[in-house]
Amino acid sequence: MPDATGLELVAQRVREAVADDAVVGTHHAYGRGSLEVAPARVHDVLTHLRDADEEPYGVLASLHGCDYLPSEPRLGIHYELLSMQSRERLNVKTRVTVEDPHVPTVTDLFPTANFHEREVYDFFGVVFDGHPDMRRILMPEDYEGHPQRRDFPMGGEPVLFTFNEHKLPRWYD
Amino acid sequence: MEVTRSKPDDDFRIKQLRAQQMLRGDLEGDDLQEYVEQRLLLTKFEDAQNWARRNAIWPLGFGLACCALEMITVIGSPRNDLARFGAEVIRFSPRQADMLILSGRVSIKMAPVIRRIYDQMLEPKWVISMGACASSAGMFNNYALVAGADKFLPVDVYVPGCPPRPEALMYGIIKLQDKITSDPNLGWRERYQSQGTEEYPNVRPEAEPSEQDA
Repeated sequence: MPDATGLELVAQRVREAVADDAVVGTHHAYGRGSLEVAPARVHDVLTHLRDADEEPYGVLASLHGCDYLPSEPRLGIHYELLSMQSRERLNVKTRVTVEDPHVPTVTDLFPTANFHEREVYDFFGVVFDGHPDMRRILMPEDYEGHPQRRDFPMGGEPVLFTFNEHKLPRWYD
Repeated sequence: MEVTRSKPDDDFRIKQLRAQQMLRGDLEGDDLQEYVEQRLLLTKFEDAQNWARRNAIWPLGFGLACCALEMITVIGSPRNDLARFGAEVIRFSPRQADMLILSGRVSIKMAPVIRRIYDQMLEPKWVISMGACASSAGMFNNYALVAGADKFLPVDVYVPGCPPRPEALMYGIIKLQDKITSDPNLGWRERYQSQGTEEYPNVRPEAEPSEQDA
């Protein structure tokens, strides 16, 4: 883990190498540092962190989606980077809106991102531009909606007991 | 301590002798008729058929989720010994199996697969819904599951539990045996259109003569 100072140094190097507006902010908590990145710059930032930085992060350990429902922009994508040389981890986060959920893909940098991005697309509806195979991965292909969004209904059915059977709609009616 | 050997009782000895005589052809007339009457059991053909079916249930080796571990314990282990009820022959092909145990949660994506496996089984066939998930989606009552496998399959026995203990599943199998013997009426399966659904892999529909042939 880069400490808080090291995280600022990483952020400064990224700003110098990529663009001034690439890193929106930094966050360091519980011994884990994360860079907040503008969504359009994700690919450039990860290219820099993988290849050109002083401490290259060669492994994409994980890629997840997230839904911060009350706050805007709602959807978040987290890239968890790992450096096998320095044994350090770094989070890169970005936020997109529900109306325009587009992020450049990183499949060309990290091939493992292929299935991860498909899963984020499946459950959160984030479209990764340039992905070679942008399909659902877990839910049925004709499924409607993105079920891990927080405004998606829970689904399921009320369980019929004898005390509420006369009130609930029954599937065979 | 003195070892004593019990003598066979006289009735058994007499029966043995009479069987010997019958096999040699020594019994005749009234003796032969009495012998046959003692040894015949009359029943209806359906009863005999159902008796044979209930004692030769072949379960399908098919697991869906965590309940499958308990199911494997039941149908596969000598501790529970399902051979006592004639259901120890596990078949991993649906074309050779009689009983489908839905052991685990049924997801929306898996439901058509399960229905097709069920359709491939030869009649008569029975389904046990094992555990809360297969019966009513249980604790996974959410967007991904089919709440109750009886929406697309005719289920015969529901076994509650999360997961059910092996004893519970065996009790369910015994209940299914009772159902096969005492109430073999399968008419309600028409609602699921589950009769005549077997797929025959080697039978090809006859090709219609095309215009080119003519």
